[in-house]
Amino acid sequence: MTTHTTSPQTSRKRLVVVGNGMAGIRTLEELLAKAPGRFEITVFGAEPHPNYNRIMLSPVLAGEKTFEQIVLNGRDWYEANGITLFTGDPVESIDREKRTVTAMSGRTVAYDTLLIATGSTPFIIPVPGADRLGVVGFRDLADVETMLEAAAQGGRAVVIGGGLLGLEAANGLKVKGMDVTVVHLMDTLMERQLDRSAGTLLQRELERRGIAVLTGADTAEILGNSRVSGVRLKDGQVLPADLVVMAVGIRPNMALAKAAGLACGRGLQVDDAMRTSDPAIYAVGECVEHRGQTYGLVAPLFEMARVAADRLAGGETSAYTGSVTATKLKVTGVDVFSAGDFSGGAGCEDIVFRDAARGVYKRVVVKGDRLLGAVLYGDTKDGGWYFQMLKDGADVSAVRDTLIFGQGFGGGEGTANPKAAVVALPDSAEICGCNGVCKGTIVQAITEKGLSSLDEVRAHTKASASCGSCTGQVEQLLAVTLGDGYAGEAKAKPMCKCTDRTHDEVRRAIAALELKTIPDVMQRLEWKTPDGCHHCRPALNYYLLCQWPGEYKDDYRSRYINERVHANIQKDGTYSVVPRMWGGLTNAKELRAIADVVEKFAIPTVKVTGGQRIDLFGVKKEDLPAVWADLNAAGMVSGHAYAKGLRTVKTCVGSEWCRFGTQDSTGLGVKLERLTWGTWTPHKVKLAVSGCPRNCAEATIKDLGVVCVDSGYELHVGGNGGMHVRACDLLVKVATEAEVLEYTGAYMQLYREEARYLERTAPWLERVGLDYVKKRLVDDPESRKALNARFLFSQTFSQDDPWAERASGAVDRHEFAPLAQVG
Amino acid sequence: MDQSIKGTAADWIEVGRVEDIPRQGSRIVKTGRGDIALFRTVADEVFALEDRCPHGGGPLSQGIVHGARVTCPLHSWVIDLASGEAVGPDEGCAGHCPVRVVGGVVHLGLMAFKEGCGHE
Repeated sequence: MTTHTTSPQTSRKRLVVVGNGMAGIRTLEELLAKAPGRFEITVFGAEPHPNYNRIMLSPVLAGEKTFEQIVLNGRDWYEANGITLFTGDPVESIDREKRTVTAMSGRTVAYDTLLIATGSTPFIIPVPGADRLGVVGFRDLADVETMLEAAAQGGRAVVIGGGLLGLEAANGLKVKGMDVTVVHLMDTLMERQLDRSAGTLLQRELERRGIAVLTGADTAEILGNSRVSGVRLKDGQVLPADLVVMAVGIRPNMALAKAAGLACGRGLQVDDAMRTSDPAIYAVGECVEHRGQTYGLVAPLFEMARVAADRLAGGETSAYTGSVTATKLKVTGVDVFSAGDFSGGAGCEDIVFRDAARGVYKRVVVKGDRLLGAVLYGDTKDGGWYFQMLKDGADVSAVRDTLIFGQGFGGGEGTANPKAAVVALPDSAEICGCNGVCKGTIVQAITEKGLSSLDEVRAHTKASASCGSCTGQVEQLLAVTLGDGYAGEAKAKPMCKCTDRTHDEVRRAIAALELKTIPDVMQRLEWKTPDGCHHCRPALNYYLLCQWPGEYKDDYRSRYINERVHANIQKDGTYSVVPRMWGGLTNAKELRAIADVVEKFAIPTVKVTGGQRIDLFGVKKEDLPAVWADLNAAGMVSGHAYAKGLRTVKTCVGSEWCRFGTQDSTGLGVKLERLTWGTWTPHKVKLAVSGCPRNCAEATIKDLGVVCVDSGYELHVGGNGGMHVRACDLLVKVATEAEVLEYTGAYMQLYREEARYLERTAPWLERVGLDYVKKRLVDDPESRKALNARFLFSQTFSQDDPWAERASGAVDRHEFAPLAQVG
Repeated sequence: MDQSIKGTAADWIEVGRVEDIPRQGSRIVKTGRGDIALFRTVADEVFALEDRCPHGGGPLSQGIVHGARVTCPLHSWVIDLASGEAVGPDEGCAGHCPVRVVGGVVHLGLMAFKEGCGHE
């Protein structure tokens, strides 16, 4: 056994924190801000990770965030603050007499003051089989990892519990491709937070997403052998399941405290100073019971943390007096808010607003002149406003008549304008509910610390740093406080006149909100036109195609004519046709077929292109399918000379014939073209392979160019000819053809996923920087392999010859024939 | 449903059904006075324009249809489907003719065809 004690040269008090979660670490952050250096601090965490944002586990499960994105304090933070951190080592006993704690590893650490923040554990309902493999709670990253592993196999999941956590889990598993059934004991979902109307709307929305919901359903048994195979309900119904998530509630984690003889009820009991029955021991978070209440939401934990930190820092007056809580459901695309009491009762008055077309339901409950509760579904932007009045016990009689319409109506002068609404808020108004930051604090930080950006405000005040839903309000505060001094968050231009959103914002929303059709995007992102325009529609079509390979159905009406009819329109309305010549190679059979087609259809002009193929000009639109059929018959496919996609792979002749050639550049060119043909990209993409540094294929002004050298292959990226010639940058040098192919796939995918529509690789590279591309492709092999894998996956859906589909008359037949002939 | 319809004595000539024109798309009717492009909007309105942009003569039927407008495929002029007028700042007007839809059948009022105007 090792014992850590204070080093003799310091006289600092020793603070030990049991629990490395949000409440404990928030207390430390507040403490370090108030009284840095007061304590020598040691933290024990049961999980093997640094401190992370547990409320964001749902987005991690749904794949909207990565674990790295929800880490709150990395190990460097502990180091910088001189905190000793033991992760993966839960504390197992407290010796209050000797003032030491002992962890699972046998490590014993002495304390002067102890802070218990052990959080809670999911309640596992005591039914037979609840201990089978494949039954998990939804509490920590390990649970999420278990769920993601199960989801990767597909199959069926049963989520027991239709509350906040259960529904977030159900949604995440559904997004990940599982068949999900929610089993809920009560008649309505989230009955503690929602009334029946809102609960029903929510249920309908989840069912629309393909999640089955059983209400009034009581679990009798978890079936299976060693692994779970299903759930049997008390009414006899059996639901097959490969995974069961228990989300019926949480229980304060107080076993440690109880064993140490601290006073416990439903939780570890604390007074208003957050002190337990032992004055040397404090407690915060979900493990505590305060004035008979336990809490499972983040805002109250942070309020407790503030009081505990103040007391630890030597303060004597601060007190926690309990919290009024509000709830938001973190299911992307479902807006649900509830706060206070809405169970009704004597003297209560309900005000209800419905808008079926928008799927909006709002209900506020008023008693006398005070607001008692609010339930919002479908439109939750006034949630904060109601919550503030609720917490303040504000007199609402003056705005009573328009209360239900929200702040835009009720607040008086011109508050429909969001900026004016922010101005109208008192300094005490809470802006960030997660971190309990009020308007006054933010404004003070902006003026006193000279903050000028969202990131700076986040760094200094934490406002909008957790769930991010108050980001807009924080930006308004920056604008109001700094006036013209606020440059705004560096924003790119909107996509087009149909929307105020930028390309990047729209793309993020498509992923985050799982928008899968153009009308969905326009509806959710509030397009200002009924069906967009010729700028945004092709862009949206591309973004959706890229985001949902195999799932999104291409919208040909949103494609420019060339991509719709797979040929290039010319100034007289005829078309040009370019068959693919792999790596610039052709043969007698192909040339003969081309010659025959030229004669048969009286094609007026035949020209060799800059991309080493043959272009047939002046083909009439109605002849296109027959021209393609003849070319197909000779084994030729579309050259995509019209596409925002892979055009050509230009090659020189290489080591097979050339006396200078170092590698088989033609062969490699064919391989690259076989790999990349058919892909859709933000703009056209041209590749080239030169067999030696003489570079006859002009590879260094291509989107990606390979220059072969004796010892391998140089990969050059981001070049183009055109109006503004840009020579490539050298990305990397590799030794084998296999590496060339992997890098190419990864580079194509990075460009596909991150460049804006109609942005070629050259301006894209200048915008994001070569270093960034190197970071993603060269420095991080995992990232490169993942990108390449996504590229290969999307290619499985894109390598069908569009000419063959149309020549057979199976696709878009109407394009090539008139509707009627009259006169 | 590609049909040849003989001219009738009536002013309105039947040319096909609304659903034969793709929504947000176009089909051509070949006539003695050149191609007429029939457009169907996202709201299922049907319009008929001469298939010829007042700017460079581009085939409007090949453009992207959005709202009650079409963007010419050659140089992206935007033409109002109801009037044939180019949307500012461009000036010009495509030939257009009246259309009516009765019971899902599209009728073209070819007799009332109005010539376009432009720099050509």
